Amino acid sequence: MTTAQPLIQARGLVKRFSGFTAVNAIDVAVRAGEAFGFLGPNGAGKSSTMRMIGCVSPPSGGELRILGMDPVRDGPAIRARLGVCPQLDTLDPELTVRENLITYARYFGIPRRVARLRAAELLDFVQLSERADSKVEPLSGGMKRRLTIARALVNEPEIVLLDEPTTGLDPQARHLVWERLFQLKQQGVTLVLTTHYMDEAEQLCDRLVVMDGGRIVAEGSPRVLIEQHSTREVVELRFAGESQEPFVSKLEQLGERVEVLPDRILLYVPDGDAAVVEVTALGLHPLNVLVRRSGLEDVFLHLTGRTLID
Amino acid sequence: MTQLAARRARPGPARVPALAVLQYHLVGYRRTWRGGALSSFLLPTLTVLGFGVGVGAYIDQGVDGVSYLEWIVGGLLASTALQVAIAESTWPVYSSLQWTKIYFAQHAAPLRVADIVAGQLAFVLLRVLTSAAVFLLVTGVLGALRSPWAVLALPVAALLGLAVAAPTFAYAATASSDSWLALLFRFAVIPMTLFAGVFFPVESLPVGLRWLAYATPLWHAVDLSRAATLGTAPVWSVTGHLLYLAAWAAGGWLLAHRALRRRLVV
Repeated sequence: MTTAQPLIQARGLVKRFSGFTAVNAIDVAVRAGEAFGFLGPNGAGKSSTMRMIGCVSPPSGGELRILGMDPVRDGPAIRARLGVCPQLDTLDPELTVRENLITYARYFGIPRRVARLRAAELLDFVQLSERADSKVEPLSGGMKRRLTIARALVNEPEIVLLDEPTTGLDPQARHLVWERLFQLKQQGVTLVLTTHYMDEAEQLCDRLVVMDGGRIVAEGSPRVLIEQHSTREVVELRFAGESQEPFVSKLEQLGERVEVLPDRILLYVPDGDAAVVEVTALGLHPLNVLVRRSGLEDVFLHLTGRTLID
Repeated sequence: MTQLAARRARPGPARVPALAVLQYHLVGYRRTWRGGALSSFLLPTLTVLGFGVGVGAYIDQGVDGVSYLEWIVGGLLASTALQVAIAESTWPVYSSLQWTKIYFAQHAAPLRVADIVAGQLAFVLLRVLTSAAVFLLVTGVLGALRSPWAVLALPVAALLGLAVAAPTFAYAATASSDSWLALLFRFAVIPMTLFAGVFFPVESLPVGLRWLAYATPLWHAVDLSRAATLGTAPVWSVTGHLLYLAAWAAGGWLLAHRALRRRLVV
């Protein structure tokens, strides 16, 4: 087994639907054991990319190799080694939690006896053992998600694809899912996930690409992306009054960059506390001041903000 | 040791993937079969009593020299097979695409579109066969079967089941809303049941309508099934009937495969 070769390799990958291009010539390489993220807003092309990697959507152009194979020709052979957690739950609500896992394991040719063992182990892993014999229908959203993740692991996959794994979950449920995904990552499972949550990407991804309008606009580890595309710190200022605009021109001289949001102004600076002193020195008195470190959210704002202006 | 070895073995696609799909459907059916089983006993009993004995009482001379009950039972068997086949390939298929999205989950596993179609149709076939067997049993006990050849009505029911379930699968997979499914019952199942020779000979229809009846897959199964329960020769050639039904099944299969492919591979 060679670790040098990427598990997923895309070059100039394109997905066109009648009339529009969802994925526009992207290059991606995912290595064994890493947690790789596609970050972007709705409609950025993340899910289309995931479906191509999941071998259920043939590419319209470019090259795609998964586990060294061709997704169009070798779809079933590749899918046998993938775990897929789709954006919307595709569980059978009429079956029990356990039955959902066992019937799914059979699609991979896993013997019934082994499937039962795997199901018990996985339910333990996602903390659903107590609900093993209850129907899926009454389960909470977080429980269904964890069951979907367990189902994605039933074949001991080499790559797990997670499309928006925590969208629609409450904070507590999200943290539980993150915990399990982090544990998988520790075990060396290759994770590929899409998200529009910046915190999710920061928590889980070793490396990620930022997508916008079907293109990759930045690539790197969360830390490198923040270093490259944002300052070390951000000062969030909120002024009294209808509009924040009048304050912008005064603030512009203080930082590397200023972003205006409807309810606040973001001032990008190397040293937040020093900047706050300067703001006061200018005779400005914001209602609220918050100094924080830059995050992927700022990277995203910076990158897509620019494309919007272009 | 062996357990460990088995667990380490790299999973591949199941050896007969469609069988794994069939197993999935059976697991679901295990939860609901009781209600279904009751109605599959009740339905033939009631229809035999209602149409055979009740309506039959007004038909003194019988049909073709046999009592109305004996004449009608083969056709009723075929129409039962039709109802079960269509019921099992409308909402279940539609729901697996639109509501539970089970087909998408199956396709994300190493199953091919053909495996998913085959597994679903195999389940429909099992439902048709068991319903037909129960029907045969009940009517046999009630003394409505004239010939031991009646067992041949079972493979006929199975073939009819495929002939209608496969194109219905295609229809349900293409339907954009579930109201299309109800239309199928209104404009295909009910007219077929009424005019394809189940309750009266197709020859009593005016010539134009008669050819419409001949075109339905149901009439071909009715003619075969009736021949089996009466122990007589069918009106048309057996080979002709079988080929016609097989053509529906094969054409339906191609349409079903294409329709599901269009939904799953995009």
